[in-house]
Amino acid sequence: MMRSRSTLLLFSLVSLLLFGGVTPQAFADTFVFTAIPDEDEARLRQRFNKVAAYLSKELGVETKYVPVKSYAAAVTAFRNNQVQLAWFGGLSGVRARNLVPGSEAIAQGYEDQAFLTYFIAHASTGLKSSGTFPAGMAGKTFTFGSKGSTSGRLMPEYYVRQNFNKAPDEVFTKVGFSGNHAKTIALVQSGAYQVGAVNFKVWENNLKSGKIDPAKVAIIWTTPPYPDYQWTIRGDVDQRWKPGFKQRVTEVLLNMKDPDLLASFPRKNFIPAKNADYQPILDVAKQIKLID
Amino acid sequence: MATVPGISAPTAPRYSPVVKTSAAFVAVAAGCLLFADISITTLDPWSEMKRIAWGAVTPDFGAVAGLGMVVLQTIAFALCGVALGAVGGFLLSQVFHLGAVRWTCASVRAIHELFWALIFMQVLGLSPLTGVLAIAIPYAGICAKVYAETLEEAHLPALRSLPSGTGIVSAFFFVRLPDVWVHIKNYTSYRFECGLRSSAVLGFIGLPTLGFYLETAFSEGNYSEAAALMIIFYLLIATLRYWMRPKLVGLYVLIAPFLLGGGAAIDMSNIVRFLTVDVVPAPLRGGGLLEGRTWSGLGDWAGTLLIDQALPGMVATILLTQIALVATGVLALALFPLVSKKFFGPVTRTVGHVFLVVMRSTPEFILAYIFLQLWGPSMLPAIVALSLHNGAIIGHLVGRFSDEVRLRPDSPRGINLYGFEIVPRVYGQFLAFLFYRWEVIMRETAILGILGIATLGFFVDSALADIRLDRAIFLIAVMAAFNVAVDALSRQIRNRLRLSTRAGQA
Repeated sequence: MMRSRSTLLLFSLVSLLLFGGVTPQAFADTFVFTAIPDEDEARLRQRFNKVAAYLSKELGVETKYVPVKSYAAAVTAFRNNQVQLAWFGGLSGVRARNLVPGSEAIAQGYEDQAFLTYFIAHASTGLKSSGTFPAGMAGKTFTFGSKGSTSGRLMPEYYVRQNFNKAPDEVFTKVGFSGNHAKTIALVQSGAYQVGAVNFKVWENNLKSGKIDPAKVAIIWTTPPYPDYQWTIRGDVDQRWKPGFKQRVTEVLLNMKDPDLLASFPRKNFIPAKNADYQPILDVAKQIKLID
Repeated sequence: MATVPGISAPTAPRYSPVVKTSAAFVAVAAGCLLFADISITTLDPWSEMKRIAWGAVTPDFGAVAGLGMVVLQTIAFALCGVALGAVGGFLLSQVFHLGAVRWTCASVRAIHELFWALIFMQVLGLSPLTGVLAIAIPYAGICAKVYAETLEEAHLPALRSLPSGTGIVSAFFFVRLPDVWVHIKNYTSYRFECGLRSSAVLGFIGLPTLGFYLETAFSEGNYSEAAALMIIFYLLIATLRYWMRPKLVGLYVLIAPFLLGGGAAIDMSNIVRFLTVDVVPAPLRGGGLLEGRTWSGLGDWAGTLLIDQALPGMVATILLTQIALVATGVLALALFPLVSKKFFGPVTRTVGHVFLVVMRSTPEFILAYIFLQLWGPSMLPAIVALSLHNGAIIGHLVGRFSDEVRLRPDSPRGINLYGFEIVPRVYGQFLAFLFYRWEVIMRETAILGILGIATLGFFVDSALADIRLDRAIFLIAVMAAFNVAVDALSRQIRNRLRLSTRAGQA
């Protein structure tokens, strides 16, 4: 009995060792892209599967979207050449292009030229919407979004430091990272944190879908505009697919006219972008030491 | 009052070392509570809690497309990871007497699966191998230790009765192994249950297991979907003994690798870059090794990391671990009667089992997230999450152990039975389980760091988010060293109190 069992075990282990390490090279000539997980995953999947179908058709190359769970995972996948194109935020894009020489920002949404962060507060704080920076936040509890987010971390931290001349954990009694914008809203709405910083597009989407109770949480300040999301592509795609491939991808992205597709981002349209457009983001990131 | 001859006068009570040790741990935890932030800061948790509660009673099984495949993949990752880990562990257990092997095993199991996965993600990407290795490596370290300890305890009389000239190999397979086979089998199947939990949790960082969808459902507030996923997971764990038959294991392990799914291709250059560039401290990269500037830069780098991150991270880790350890113990002692035949009939025990399965199968991560909503950001959600999860595990084990206690026919009942019979008799075993769990609890505090509780794990997560792998690896090493130290301390205490070593099942 025991003998047959151990034989079986041995047999199965050998098979595991033989087959376990096999990784299908399924994506060998598939053009793969990803996006930072800044929103509901169902929404992202729906949006980017449509984008994948559109790119496949227009490029004549099989194109696939792979979802990831964190901003860092998106950057790492791009760096490791497991994806060749990505819809990055300002900060993740700058990071990715720093790590992959030759990679380029090729297109951004019309709205991304002037993106905004909302500072939001629970009603009990008594903080009111105002045109000037809300210095009354000091001493409250505060939550950012994801650690790698431009609108949920980089820009709000920059303005906090600039206005208070102190690090966030010296300004606030408690500083948290909610993980994503939707959670930031939920945590401030429940009063778990008194104040938070959130992507203005996500706020507006959630307001429309009725997830926000205006009696409990409200915008108290809006940052000055800054450049945010963009499509970034690796420099070696021309060698891998065909000469002029990068140019072709750029044109196809800029020609995305399907109103449904654009509305899913939501962006009015896509316009050309270049690495230099994101210099302000790089400068800010270096200033607050998120990039060496 | 005259003393009765033959009976000595009452003296001050002399406490046993077990009681003294317990009291010391309670005192330390009480001290830690003074420094820990356990305030409740939420103002209006009820709207979110209402949605969570509503979701819990209205599970939506249709929400996840391809649920069957997700469940199969969760099992497949667990099977492959645990099988590799168990075989690796078994081989290592044969050379466990070597110091180098012991230390290697201690350090690989000191790092939580989630962090192994995050490291492998840097080089292998979201390939199935990332998930399999993330489970297999720490599990090999754990299995090696437990198998080695079990083999050591094998009965020697049988060995002595062997005819002289019996080879080591024959002696091993015909005498030593059969003697402990049941224990090894039981332990490995317990490990598989842990493997299922690990596999599910790895989904949180992107592998295609239940956790992937659970994370999505939770972060988007789709609590009905989350409830459906959790129920499926509980059922998977609760029915384990019905489908995980010894005879089928071989077949399962044969099929499992084919269910892991495809993934990104593995590129050797990424592995090389990770080992030769990414993990090298930033000041050393490109700096001349003979220049003073490079080395002073390295000094600054290490100093800043140690003082600004490792130190506060360690303090938070210790506070959280010690409080959660004692809370776990108290909870386990309170919960075990629920599943013990000594106290309750089958109906109550079933309810107790369901409660304990739910508590021990819900990842700490999710428990902490729910309590965070309820109480706001302090150490409290983490303490409660860790103690519920671990208390349920130890409660289950102690309950099972208490069934084996033989009682006198005239034994007391109810609270007297609990206080004067059962607890004193299971206490040694309980402490052994708890001390084994000490190291595990500390490892888990790191995971809660990802939720924002500033343990060492929080700083590792930040370094990974900034793609500063040199810092991440440095902090992970600090974390591992710390865990190894706690493990050693726990072993010392167990030895001093002469607690059973078979408690590795915890």
